Amino acid sequence: MLTAVAIAVDGLGFAAWLFLSSVGLTLVYGVMRILNIAHGGFYALGAYTSAWAIGLYTQTGSTIALTYLIIPLAALAAGLVSGLLVERGILRFMYGRDEVLMVLVTYAIFLVLEDATKLIWGTDSYVSYQPAYWLGTIDVFGLPYTVYKFLIVGVAILVGAALYFALNHTRTGKLLLVVIEDREVSSALGINVTLFFTVTFVIGATLGALGGALTAPEISVVPGIGAEIIVMAFAVIVIGGMGSIGGAMLGALIVGFSRAAFVHLYPPAELFSIYLVMAAVLTVKPYGLFALSESRKI
Amino acid sequence: MASGKQAARSSAIRKSRHILMTATTLGLASVLAAAAPAQAEEGSVKIGFVTFLSGGAAGPFGVPARNAAELMIEAINAGSVPAPYASTGLAGKSIDPIFVDENSKQKNADYQKLVEKDEVDMVLGYISSSSCKAIAPEAEKAQKLTILFDCGTPQIFEEIVTDPQYTFRTGAHATMDNVAAARYLADTGAKTGSYAGINQNYAFGQDSWRDFSASMAQIDSNAKIAAEQFPKIYAGQYGSEISALLTSKPDVVHSSFWGGDMEAFVIQGSARGIFERAKVVLTTGETAMHRLGAQMPDGTIIGARGPHGDLAPESELNDWFRKAYYDRFGTLPTYPSYKMAQALLGVKAAADKAGSTDQDAVIGALKGLEWEGPSGKVSMALANGHQAIQGTAYGTYEFDKETGKASLVDIVRYDAECVNPPAGMNSIDWINSGFEGAKCD
Repeated sequence: MLTAVAIAVDGLGFAAWLFLSSVGLTLVYGVMRILNIAHGGFYALGAYTSAWAIGLYTQTGSTIALTYLIIPLAALAAGLVSGLLVERGILRFMYGRDEVLMVLVTYAIFLVLEDATKLIWGTDSYVSYQPAYWLGTIDVFGLPYTVYKFLIVGVAILVGAALYFALNHTRTGKLLLVVIEDREVSSALGINVTLFFTVTFVIGATLGALGGALTAPEISVVPGIGAEIIVMAFAVIVIGGMGSIGGAMLGALIVGFSRAAFVHLYPPAELFSIYLVMAAVLTVKPYGLFALSESRKI
Repeated sequence: MASGKQAARSSAIRKSRHILMTATTLGLASVLAAAAPAQAEEGSVKIGFVTFLSGGAAGPFGVPARNAAELMIEAINAGSVPAPYASTGLAGKSIDPIFVDENSKQKNADYQKLVEKDEVDMVLGYISSSSCKAIAPEAEKAQKLTILFDCGTPQIFEEIVTDPQYTFRTGAHATMDNVAAARYLADTGAKTGSYAGINQNYAFGQDSWRDFSASMAQIDSNAKIAAEQFPKIYAGQYGSEISALLTSKPDVVHSSFWGGDMEAFVIQGSARGIFERAKVVLTTGETAMHRLGAQMPDGTIIGARGPHGDLAPESELNDWFRKAYYDRFGTLPTYPSYKMAQALLGVKAAADKAGSTDQDAVIGALKGLEWEGPSGKVSMALANGHQAIQGTAYGTYEFDKETGKASLVDIVRYDAECVNPPAGMNSIDWINSGFEGAKCD
């Protein structure tokens, strides 16, 4: 019973982190058809900005409560600046190129972001545990969990709901769905596709940075964390169907629960669990669970 | 307002340009450096140093090791290391270093480049056990003197290269760390009815757990394994593993986690009370204790993969090393720095003894050599004189909130022959034999 509860809570916590870390990747792919490897770089930038800012703030000895405001602000600052620079400075010159070439371009950007992170923050780790500690723990059937973990679950649900609402119930969102469906026709109808691309990319980058910023208090922020997340995020969105927000959510839940189950029930296979799930899903649904339908142009 | 925005934007662009230009310049510089012909200074010894200069292992391991290398090279070249190392250079020749990043997907090719293109006289490096597993056979093939200074897996000379001619390891392997951890638990009277492990899923983590659990079985035959977790290296998120540890209710938790993974485990584990419910042993904990400060729970058992850092015994050489390192880098040296200094002093001792820096002469002198490092005596006692052993120590962590200082108390020291296998015997066979021939005072 305790193990079942632990699998449920651990799986949910891991899924929330996975969703926050991968939703920006799937959004950018859905709208722009770019598999953005640089997403890992945005995640790392968010984590470093957040850990660094929290570190500076907590040195002043002020209340920890305000660090919960620093986290989204750090994500916003990192995502806005780096997202705009990358999109306006590089990507806009590359639109319309082959998808594979775009993977290479974003990989190159990822490497530049990795080095930029190292130049700014060095190689030492940044530890900013205060927000994760301050809220304390709650016992679930005798197992202590940090309240911060549930806060991340809440933020993940909020981000998912906000994206769903914005896409389906606002004028801009509906226009964006049109752009996703057919960018040429959208352009012909007078929709400013370029602006949609810029805004989408910056939102995607900010979501990546938010994933990093929220994770920073739970980890030691070190060089290379961006490379780790991109593999996980890619697995999640492939399972869910690339470009689908709902798919990312479902993919994160499947990966989260299966990994937790393996850790508790059969730890030796934990390393393999994500790929096992991925292989199983892709065998049945080769384009993922909620793959976007492709209109064929003649 | 608009001009403010514009200024901010142009400032951001300037910063980005600066970053890009710096990156480009660095890239260009490294290309030019690579293109330049290898020209060793007349009468110098060219050494290729390989440590992590990027990636997650750079901050806690690679950079402190490189810092120590820089410090020691300058001091050795200037002859300013205390006796018996006060003579200049290696047998009178100064060291000419080349630093290479270990965080590479093509470690063998990088090694070959050092040997063939840069024409180094020897290679000194490698922190990761995976690197050492790849490089040891490469070194034997290239017939180039190669000193492994840090990596832990005992497999190197027990399974990978069983008859080494050119490869040496100047630090003890991980068997020592884990046998000593088990002994420390017994010596300090810790409750060891059940124990669990959380170790990274690669050679170092797996070997560490193998040796620790085998040692526990010998030291306390009633002790039971409660859980074994092997998360992926650099995973960073250990929520499920910590829950699994908590539900299995062990008395002891063993971890050979290092770097960011160890720090993340301490943050997540201490928040959820695992350090209160069990005695946690961190075999590499020393590298993070000063950085984590109050975050590392009191009572944690800390190792340094040898008697390094805060566990180093007092000596003139140690005092000199700590002061010189602190004066130059503003932080105290941790164990990767000690192990780098130990390796370089071993090479110096061998070259000085041979009176030459000729490869065969250095190899001949280094085989079976004994020398003093900042952490005490080192003996090349295993693998036909190619693998070092040394004594080690463990301590219990204590943080003084008033002074903000971290320290280790209840330090127990172990002689080299107490925690290392004898020559000619594999580590696991030695542990399973009940530590046959171990000499413990």
